[in-house]
Amino acid sequence: MEVSRHWRLKEQRYSLVGETCEHCGVKLFPPRDVCLACEAPAKELYTFTGLGEVYSYTTVYDAPAGFEHQAPYTVALVKLEEGPLVTAQLTDVDKDTIQIGMPVEMVTRKLYTEGDEGTIVYGYKFRPSVSATA
Amino acid sequence: MSDTNGLMKPDRPVGIVGYGAYVPRYRIPATEIAKMWKGGEGGVPIKEKSVNGLDEDVVTMSIEAARNAMLRAGINPQEIRAVWVGSESHPYAVKPTSTIVAEAIGAVPNTQAADWEFACKAGTEAMQAAIGFVGSGMAHYALSIGMDTAQGRPGDALEYTAAAGGAAMLIGPAAEAVAIINGSYSFVTDTPDFWRRAKAQYPSHGDRFTGEPAYFAHVSGAAEMIMGALGRQPSDYTWAVFHQPNAKFPRRAAQQLGFTPEQINPGLLSPRIGNTYAGSTMIGLTAVLDIAQPGDRILIVSYGSGAGSDAFDFEVTERLAEVRDRATKTETYISRRTEIDYATYTRFRDKLKL
Amino acid sequence: MNAASIIGIGQTDVREHWDTSIRHLAWYAIEAALDDAQISKVDALYVGNMLAGQLSHQNHLGALIADFSGMRGIEAVTVEAGDASGSAALRQAVLAVKSGLVDTALVVGVEKMTDQTGTPVTAALSSILDADYEAAQGATPTAVAALLMRRYMHEYGVALADFAGFSVNAHANGASNPLAMYQNRLKAERFTAAPPVATPISLFDVAPMGDGAAALVVTRHERAMDMVPRPVRIAGSALATDTVALHDRLDPLWLKAAAQSAAKALAQAHVTLADVDLFELHDACTVLAALSLEAVGFAERGQGWQLARDGEIGRNGRIPISTFGGLKARGNPGGATGVYQAVEIARQLRGEAEACQVVNAKVGMAQNLAGVGGTAVTHVFTVDEQ
Repeated sequence: MEVSRHWRLKEQRYSLVGETCEHCGVKLFPPRDVCLACEAPAKELYTFTGLGEVYSYTTVYDAPAGFEHQAPYTVALVKLEEGPLVTAQLTDVDKDTIQIGMPVEMVTRKLYTEGDEGTIVYGYKFRPSVSATA
Repeated sequence: MSDTNGLMKPDRPVGIVGYGAYVPRYRIPATEIAKMWKGGEGGVPIKEKSVNGLDEDVVTMSIEAARNAMLRAGINPQEIRAVWVGSESHPYAVKPTSTIVAEAIGAVPNTQAADWEFACKAGTEAMQAAIGFVGSGMAHYALSIGMDTAQGRPGDALEYTAAAGGAAMLIGPAAEAVAIINGSYSFVTDTPDFWRRAKAQYPSHGDRFTGEPAYFAHVSGAAEMIMGALGRQPSDYTWAVFHQPNAKFPRRAAQQLGFTPEQINPGLLSPRIGNTYAGSTMIGLTAVLDIAQPGDRILIVSYGSGAGSDAFDFEVTERLAEVRDRATKTETYISRRTEIDYATYTRFRDKLKL
Repeated sequence: MNAASIIGIGQTDVREHWDTSIRHLAWYAIEAALDDAQISKVDALYVGNMLAGQLSHQNHLGALIADFSGMRGIEAVTVEAGDASGSAALRQAVLAVKSGLVDTALVVGVEKMTDQTGTPVTAALSSILDADYEAAQGATPTAVAALLMRRYMHEYGVALADFAGFSVNAHANGASNPLAMYQNRLKAERFTAAPPVATPISLFDVAPMGDGAAALVVTRHERAMDMVPRPVRIAGSALATDTVALHDRLDPLWLKAAAQSAAKALAQAHVTLADVDLFELHDACTVLAALSLEAVGFAERGQGWQLARDGEIGRNGRIPISTFGGLKARGNPGGATGVYQAVEIARQLRGEAEACQVVNAKVGMAQNLAGVGGTAVTHVFTVDEQ
């Protein structure tokens, strides 16, 4: 069982809590404590809005253990409106309709389960904006 | 103040300060199920039902409904003192759904959290408890959720209707409410019309026994008692929502009680999404709140097998119009519709043994 | 400072070696390299490997392989840098020999992919990604390369079919290499119709994983001159790193570590790209070949694919790549790849590449990537004029 390695990331997985660089203002997700852009310390927490657009995407057919029952599924690079890219699955989407630039919003979904008896790992995925599709 | 007429009303006036719905995007038409088990012959109880996707369960759906309620309420989640989730399909047998939801909306750690269970009325009993929590002054806000990913045994009558969805209601002071709660009433007996034993995957039921002695006796009993206690009659209500296990039962209960189709139609979602169990009555209320006007009176009556009904009397405030567009509306979720076939349904609902 | 040179090479074929364990695979390559150098002992062993702990439940490979190769007692250690492990191990041997602390070093890259099958292997490969923020989302190394490829196609207006030339070239060269995993030719028109692995990457785009081991004996150049007729000088050696996760890159379509390591290695070797006669690059997927060509400087940004289209990567082209089939046709033996690349360049520079020979090859460059370039190792090899 891998309980603690997911538990410690719950703020990131549920709420996209990253950091902001006090020196250059760049927003960071995942949090990394040292700014990617200017390498100054960046430890001030920042909660992202969860809005963004598709930067790139791939539909995965050859899935790793733990994800085989989800295949085919779509993994994307989502460009958050605050700047950073995040790797996440797209959900509630028909793979043939995905386009680079498509607006998406963060939702919390099951990422995978540790078998039938292990924990369920929840975290962020992104879906086409519901208000945009309505 | 409670008295012998059974009406439950807190000392401090309370109401709904935020509400939110969630319905997954997938739909399986009832005709698709009938094709599988009845050769496509005979009638079907609803048009179609909602089905959760592979990555959805009561936790994820509750989180989305709760976020919608929080968007409308616009309050600091740290002021919430209870996160309660009523469901018959909690993903864990032991491990609360409610702590995950509380964490996701930022309500931890200064909050109560618990899962509630009472077949299809687990959500409304959490609402009643929240009324007590807030009404007593123990909490400023309490969040109650009714949500399910209901399972029907393949080929069983319930397979046509057992659906996924629900709603979240943030209860708080009446002064901040979008709908003030005038009172609540519960009607409970030992009536075994529907059950699931601890290790069984699918529920069992008493077939036609689920009707008169169960659903109708409790729903009508609760509705008549709350109206009597508050001195109201059906025509005093602009809208009414009765638990909706199918399309027929709530229509018949409404008719027997003297409500018109116009009063119940906006909240009658079962023909299009099925029976969302613990979510059923509450999501009906969200659809009504999406269209209600200040001063409108709303009656809702849930039903949970085993058996009992919780009734609530609401009055809509001016604040509703200000907040309802802050989150996705129930109709938007229902219109976001992707039809699936029986094969996809068996995969999504974990009916395939791998 | 001492120069380091290769005096012995060895390799197994890349395939599913069902009947061979990881220690035997390593030994076969080591035995061949020691025979080639005509020695029986070395001072230190550097093992390049990425997955033995996960797939074979075998860590502690340094001691295991040293003992199994009859060299119990020597200094031995495993170097892990994802699928750049092999060249990172070579880099350690270069550092050791050039420092003067080690006279003769042995490098073996070994990967045993087939001790497990199916989805656990894919999960093990995904452990080179950011476990918390990539693999936890179901990403795989191929999926991450696919994200890169889709964006590349979008930004540069490149069609999927434009990448076919890389796979066609690799298979054409692999067809001349009896040690290659795939010795069949590939028709360009079949490239876009192949079954998807992680769209837009298909089965004919991604390199097949296989078991294999390759070994090198490295010693000081002056000593090498006395020992073998044609030592291959390791004239440049550089390792650079970038973010492991693609999403952390400010410029995702630029393989910064690949560019940095190549520039350093070329400078050390005092050669320019115009001097390079062949380039063994990390064609785990075609887009990585294109991006590697761009990072090193053989093409402008966004134009690496044009070298494949224009036939410039063939054996007689401007810059031959994947001359023994590359990862795509020779096979991708994970953490052994970097050592295969060095062995293949040594064969080219020694004029022993047989049907794969690039005529009159004097300067060869190898670039080994981990993932999408979180680690990039570039080596430049030369031979003295005879």
